[in-house]
Amino acid sequence: MTMLRHAAVIATKDLRSELRTKESINSTLSFSVVILLLFAFAFDPSPDMIAEFGGGLLWIVFVFAGALIVNRSFARELPNDCIDVLVSSPASGASLFLGKALASFVLLAGVECICLPAFGILYNVTWWRSLGGLIGVLALGTWSMACVGTFFSALTVNLRLRELMLPMLMYPILIPSLLSAMMLTNTLLTGQPIPSDFTVWLRLLIGFNIIFTTLSVYLAETVLVR
Amino acid sequence: MRTKIILALGAITLPFLLRNLHMIIFLVPDDLEQGPVYRIFYYHLPPYFVAAMGYFTAMVASILYLVKKDQKYDAIAVSATEIGLAFAAVNLITGMIWGRISWGIWWAWDARLTWALIGWLVYFGYLVLRRAIDDPTERAKISAVLSIFASASVAITYKAIEWWRTQHPGPVLSIRTGGGTLDPAMENMLYENTLALLLLGAIFLLVRLRQEEVQREIDGLRRFVHAGN
Repeated sequence: MTMLRHAAVIATKDLRSELRTKESINSTLSFSVVILLLFAFAFDPSPDMIAEFGGGLLWIVFVFAGALIVNRSFARELPNDCIDVLVSSPASGASLFLGKALASFVLLAGVECICLPAFGILYNVTWWRSLGGLIGVLALGTWSMACVGTFFSALTVNLRLRELMLPMLMYPILIPSLLSAMMLTNTLLTGQPIPSDFTVWLRLLIGFNIIFTTLSVYLAETVLVR
Repeated sequence: MRTKIILALGAITLPFLLRNLHMIIFLVPDDLEQGPVYRIFYYHLPPYFVAAMGYFTAMVASILYLVKKDQKYDAIAVSATEIGLAFAAVNLITGMIWGRISWGIWWAWDARLTWALIGWLVYFGYLVLRRAIDDPTERAKISAVLSIFASASVAITYKAIEWWRTQHPGPVLSIRTGGGTLDPAMENMLYENTLALLLLGAIFLLVRLRQEEVQREIDGLRRFVHAGN
């Protein structure tokens, strides 16, 4: 219980700090819209093409945005050695990680809430026809990005070439969850419910989240305490 | 002592490998459907087993490092990962050559193939990460954690084949199929070559481990000299 309370305090602190400075949310949002535009220029997609790869396109935007957001997660604590203060505070490594992951999750969800309507307008997609399922898949996929990304942000925070290292390590590990999220989103964007042979993707997405959340929470203390 | 073990293992492995090569080329029967090209399979599946063994050793050594904080386990983890990567590269390359002849393409976005590549990239990231960290203790700790993440990812890779449709040939070993799909002579050859390549992997591991220990000793002496000045 204490762990969750500490995590909530850390998440609130991070969100408050981000809302005051808006240092990653503004750049991430504009970057996401630029990617949406570039895709339109690169493929000039017809409605049929969008039905085929709309889910993939959306998740590529989200995963690029995700790298920017999680990269700042621990890096924002570097000036004035704030990270050392956080680590030596009564909050455990696990609650520190969980709080940061929650804050990244909320920020990413915020970016998605703006990107999804922008995607709908720019590519003429009625994306809200299976809204409940879509929100569920977005939440699961976003949590996997926030969880693995925040953990790797902690892992790479003191490294040279941190900005390069993070996506290089994070993307290959995230592939199973991204693949599942892309397949499910593709189906849900057409307005259909998830077909029975697609539940395997849903199970994979949920399983991925359980495995990597457990691993991250368990190993966070080891990574953070220097 | 270790030199003697390496030499003894080498004395067993070299003739074993040559004998296997001779048998694979001249004595094992052709495949009914594929003809002689299937022989590359003896250098495709066994390296996969050696790579899996390397990754597994790295994971165990990484867990042991986190528990015991002994640099010896970090040295084992990095050596085993490098050997795993080398054998995984052989597995991928021989698979691609076979694919070019049998499927007509070098690369198919088949689940198992793609996942073998992803596993390779994940462990390659492990080696790149190590190079970016100067402090030995920090490097060992961060690498151990990443290695555990990587092995979880590779475990999902293994399971993924069960869940996803694939154009990759299905299991052929009798322990998976219950028998009847592979000539016993072919299957025995496969096991024998797996054993030979495992021995080769063990020799590489011992040699690489010694290199790693010498390197650490040199680094320690260098730090000692700098501290003295």
